[in-house]
Amino acid sequence: MPATLTQTNDVEELADIARRIRVLSLLMTSRVKPEPAGHPSTAMSSADIIAALHFSRLRWDPANAGWEDRDRFVLSKGHGVPVLYAAYAIAGAIPEDEIYTLRETGSRLQGHPDPTRLPFVEAATGSLGQGISIAIGLALGAKADGANWRTYCMLGDGETEEGQVWEAAMFAPKYDTDNLCAIVDNNRIQQTGSVEHILPTLNPIIPKWEAFGWHMIEVDGHDIQAVLDALDEAAATKGKPTVIVAHTIKGKGVPEMENSEHWHGKAPSPEQADEWIKEYLS
Amino acid sequence: MSGDIATRTAFGEALVRLGETNQRIVALDGDVAGSVMTADFGKAHPDRYFQCGIAEANMIGVASGLAMSGHIPFVASFACFITGRFDQIRMSVGYNRSNVRVVGTHVGVGIGSDGHSQMGLEDIALMRTIPNMAVIQPATGIETQGAVDYLVDHVGPAYLRLTRQKLPELFGDDYHFEFGKGRVLREGTEIALVATGATVTEALQAADLLEGQGVSTAVVNIHTIHPIDGDLLADIAGRTRRIVTIEDHSVNGGLGGAVCEALAERHPAPVLRLGIHGFGESGDPAELYERFGISARQIAIQAASFLESAAEVALIAEGSV
Ligand SMILES: Cc1ncc(C[n+]2csc(CCOP(=O)(O)OP(=O)(O)O)c2C)c(N)n1
Repeated sequence: MPATLTQTNDVEELADIARRIRVLSLLMTSRVKPEPAGHPSTAMSSADIIAALHFSRLRWDPANAGWEDRDRFVLSKGHGVPVLYAAYAIAGAIPEDEIYTLRETGSRLQGHPDPTRLPFVEAATGSLGQGISIAIGLALGAKADGANWRTYCMLGDGETEEGQVWEAAMFAPKYDTDNLCAIVDNNRIQQTGSVEHILPTLNPIIPKWEAFGWHMIEVDGHDIQAVLDALDEAAATKGKPTVIVAHTIKGKGVPEMENSEHWHGKAPSPEQADEWIKEYLS
Repeated sequence: MSGDIATRTAFGEALVRLGETNQRIVALDGDVAGSVMTADFGKAHPDRYFQCGIAEANMIGVASGLAMSGHIPFVASFACFITGRFDQIRMSVGYNRSNVRVVGTHVGVGIGSDGHSQMGLEDIALMRTIPNMAVIQPATGIETQGAVDYLVDHVGPAYLRLTRQKLPELFGDDYHFEFGKGRVLREGTEIALVATGATVTEALQAADLLEGQGVSTAVVNIHTIHPIDGDLLADIAGRTRRIVTIEDHSVNGGLGGAVCEALAERHPAPVLRLGIHGFGESGDPAELYERFGISARQIAIQAASFLESAAEVALIAEGSV
C-alpha cells in the first residue's frame, strides 16, 4: 500500500470521511458558476460506499494515479462524480481548493469524469450504461496478464434500465471475472421520478443479476461495516463476479434532499448549502 | 501480384499472422466471426479471443477496458452493426482515448444480396466526426495487410472499413502503407477520380474508358479518410480541371464530404460526388454498382458529363452496343 494514503478499518473514522464527502459535494456543486450545478444528491447517496472503498479497501495512490497495480474504480454513473472529487480532495490527491473549479472552463474537474484531464477517475463516463462494460474489459485484461488488481464499478439503479447493462451482466460471468465487483447504488430514484414509476418491472433486480450468474450481496449502503464486509466477501468469492446491491437514500444526510424526486441534478444555492451543512453535517 | 481477395479476408489473415508474435493483440466477436474473418484468430489464440454474443454495445466497452489495461483489441462486426453503436464508440472509445481498433466489414451495396439492412453505408460519416478516430479503408488485400500491420502500433482509436466482396490486387509485394497519405495511382490533367476501397478498381477502369475517348484522367487512392490528405488533394485540384469522388457509401458525409471540406478550405474546385443515393437494396454486386452509378462505366459517363465533354455521348453509345 502506498505510504501517501492512510486507510482505516475504523468505522467511525470512515463515517466521518463520508460526512466530509457530503459536505464537499454540497460545497462544490453550490459554487458552480454561473449558477449552482451538478448532482449532489447522487453523490450523497453513494458517499458511505465511496468512503469504505477509497479509504479502506481500494488499493490506490493519491500521489500516483498511474500506479500499475492499483485497483480500478469505474464510476459508471458518471453524473455522480462530485463524490470522487470530494474523496480525492480528502485523500490529498487534488488540492482541496480545486473542488471549486468544478465545471469551470478548462478545469480538470469536468461535469462528468474525464481521465485525460484527471487520471484518477479511470474512465470517461456520463452516457449511462457504458462504464460496466469498460470495467469488465479491465477485469479481463488483468486476468489475461495474471495481475492481481481488482476492478470495481458503481452503477445507479436507474442506470440499469440501459440494455447494455444486461448485455454486460450476461457477459461477465462467462469469463469467471471474480476480480470484478459491481455495486448498484440502489436509491430507487432516477431523473424524472421513482424507478417504480418509470419502469415498474426493473425490480426485482436482485434475481436478475443472480440469474445471469453473479454472486449477489445485498447490503444497507449506509452501514459502513456491512459495506466493508460485502467488499471482503466479494474479494473472497471465486469463479464469478460479484454484484453488491446497496440500498441507499438519495440525498442522504440532508433531510430536505433525502428520498426527494425533486433534487436530482440540482444543486442548492451557496447560502442553502451552507445552512444545511451547518445544520446537518457539522 | 496475388489474386482476388476480399479485404475482410486479408484482414483475418493479417490478424492471425500478427497474433503469433504480438501477445498484446486480442479480438472480440459479436457472433459474426465467420463473416468478419476473426474466426481463425480465435482458433489460433483462444485465450485472447472473446466471444461477446450479439451484444455489440457491451463488446465495444469491453474492448475499451482491454485497451486501458494495455491490450490491443480488434473488435469486428458488420459495419452497420458496430458503427450503429455510435455513442459507445464516441464515449467508451473516442473520448476515453482508448487504443481500440473498430473493424467494420460488409460495407456498401457491394455486399449484394443481403440488402440494405446489412450494408454499411453511413459508417465513414459517423466515424470521422469523432475527433481522434483514424478512418482507414484499404482498396486491396495487400493494402489491407499493410493497414493492419500499421494499426498494431497506431496510437489512439481507429476504424478499419472492409469489403465482403473480392477485389483485384493492384499493388505489389513492395507496397508500403503510409497512414494519412493519399496515393496517385495514375497521372492525368483533365479530371481526377478520387476513390476509396472497392471503388478504386472501378475508378482505374473508368480512367481507361475516359482515356479511350481522349480524356486525360488521374486516379487517386484515399485509404486514410480521416485525417484526409489535404496537401495531396489541393495539389491534384491545382493540376486538373475537375474532381470526381467515388465511394460505396452514402453520398453524404463520406469521402466526398471529406474531400469537399478539404478543398473548400485549401483549393476550391468543382467536385462531383458519386456515392449511394437513397437506401441500398438486394441484388448482384456488379448490377448494384451500375444501378447506383459507381461502376466503371457509370463513373466514366458521369465524369465526362461533368467535364461537358463530348466523350459522354461516345461512352453512352459504347455501352449500349
Ligand atoms: C444514456 C443516458 N441517458 C440519459 C442520461 C440522463 N441522466 C443522467 S442521470 C439520470 C438518472 C440516473 O438515475 P440513477 O442511475 O438511478 O442514478 P442516481 O442519480 O439516482 O444515483 C439520467 C436519466 C444519461 N446521462 N445517459
